[in-house]
Amino acid sequence: MERPILEVKDFHAWFGTHEVVRNVNLSLHRNRVIAVMGPSGCGKTTFLRCINRMHELTPGARTEGQILLEGEDIYRMSPIMLRLRVGMVFQRPNPFPHMTIYENVLAGYLLNNIKLNRNDKEAIVESSLRKAALWEEVKDNLKKKGTFLSGGQQQRLCIARAIAMKPDILLLDEPTSALDPISTAGIEELLQELKKNYTLILVTHNMQQAARVSDDTAFFYMGELVEFAPTRQLFTAPQDQRTQNYITGRFS
Amino acid sequence: MQIVSIKRLRRRELRSKLVRSGVLFFTLLTLLPLVYILLYIVKQGIGAINWSFFVQLPKPVGESGGGIANALAGSFIIVGVATLLAVPIGIASALYLSEHSNGQLAGAIRFCVEVLVGIPSIVVGIVAYDWLVKPMGYFSALSGSVALAIMMLPIMIRSAEETLKRFPTSLREASLALGVPYYKTIIKVLLPCSLSGVLSGIILSVARIVGETAPLLFTAFGNPYLTTNILRPMQSLPLLIYNYAISPYDSWHQLAWGAALVLLIWILLLNILTRIIIRRWSVRY
Ligand SMILES: Nc1ncnc2c1ncn2[C@@H]1O[C@H](COP(=O)(O)OP(=O)(O)OP(=O)(O)O)[C@@H](O)[C@H]1O
Ligand SMILES: [Mg+2]
Repeated sequence: MERPILEVKDFHAWFGTHEVVRNVNLSLHRNRVIAVMGPSGCGKTTFLRCINRMHELTPGARTEGQILLEGEDIYRMSPIMLRLRVGMVFQRPNPFPHMTIYENVLAGYLLNNIKLNRNDKEAIVESSLRKAALWEEVKDNLKKKGTFLSGGQQQRLCIARAIAMKPDILLLDEPTSALDPISTAGIEELLQELKKNYTLILVTHNMQQAARVSDDTAFFYMGELVEFAPTRQLFTAPQDQRTQNYITGRFS
Repeated sequence: MQIVSIKRLRRRELRSKLVRSGVLFFTLLTLLPLVYILLYIVKQGIGAINWSFFVQLPKPVGESGGGIANALAGSFIIVGVATLLAVPIGIASALYLSEHSNGQLAGAIRFCVEVLVGIPSIVVGIVAYDWLVKPMGYFSALSGSVALAIMMLPIMIRSAEETLKRFPTSLREASLALGVPYYKTIIKVLLPCSLSGVLSGIILSVARIVGETAPLLFTAFGNPYLTTNILRPMQSLPLLIYNYAISPYDSWHQLAWGAALVLLIWILLLNILTRIIIRRWSVRY
């Protein structure tokens, strides 16, 4: 079996003295969609933000244990290098308001002063927007500000911005929770497509969504990883009582 | 079911009408002196204004005509240098304050800024005299610029801090999550997004000090000739107005009114510029 792209070993995370992620162990494989589920406040976002080391930006936040990206300890890498390899899409679309659509897609390059020639730029913009299923809608308005787009389009723009950097892993924190059903369906379809090239870790509250798009599901409860299994198995034959309670709606 | 009776509703409407007309009345009342001053300055000053008013130097007493070229150029230079001095310090402090809003040093800086607002401008002039004029041995435009820069700082810092603080965390995180280092996030995302607010803060602080006289009395001092050397005494509009207004000569009074009108228009233009910048460049989050 090939080496996992991401291995999490005995991992803990704190806000001050509040332990939010407790002793998580997990191996994730390439080109799969992993759903992260669990009741509100169970540490899903925090866990996700540990994978690209955004967690440590909060004052008083700390971690213990290891996360290995292709065998390399991410806490020994420079966070800058790590974040170039692990992209993130946030709950609320956050395109840069001072940039055009074109610049937003290239933001990772522009803001990091990575020089590209014009042809490369155009190729990256087009292919990223195509992958994000936004190209047809914006190809004539690339010079418009990204904030003129609708919420769903903005979120797809943010996905394009993340995949323009060709990351190994894409973290998505409830990317559709601020969107209407049609945009949501669009994004879900897009995630299916993206799976071919990327490994996706998707936080979602929506079980149908997890069932539709994910291969594996990790169920968190009060900071603990309770169960990690192929999504179908986890939904039909959960091993743990807490997982069962959650999927049958006994707590939310 | 009726929760509020018709009668009470009527009474509420009446009361809100009363409050509204009261507010309108007092607003108009505050506008009155403002409009009066504006009209008066225009009426008195407009007669002095012609081409030679802008390009000639003042004539000696007794000769008619003459202009305020020295004061106009001097004001531009003194205010320009003051802006160059104040902007880097002001923006850097505002950045520090907005990035470390709860720190101890930030608290101390904020306190200093509050105090600075309240210091009489004449005292700022004396400080600049002590720092620069005394050690250098003569009055200079530069010392005047320093005094004005000190007066600009609190206004600039406060308004820039307000703007910078409004920058949403989500955009900061968007940038950091793309692997952009902190300082580049500040320079290439935070500042550009806050540009219109920061710029209009700068311009408003300029507008605030263009007409200051007291800080220039013992610093720039004034000069009947046109000079561009910032290490020498220099004329400026407010100094000219002050000197000519207290003189006994009618022709000088006339020049002073004209200069006051020029100053007024200058400040008005700065305010209009601020509005344009806010409308054109402001970024909605
Ligand atoms: N910045 C913070 N400072 C302190 N505590 C925090 C912070 N952010 C989150 N927490 C706490 O950490 C715990 C886990 O929060 P987290 O945001 O990871 O939950 P979540 O599973 O993503 O919840 P949700 O489904 O509501 O998004 C919560 O108890 C929360 O109160
Ligand atoms: Mg969350």
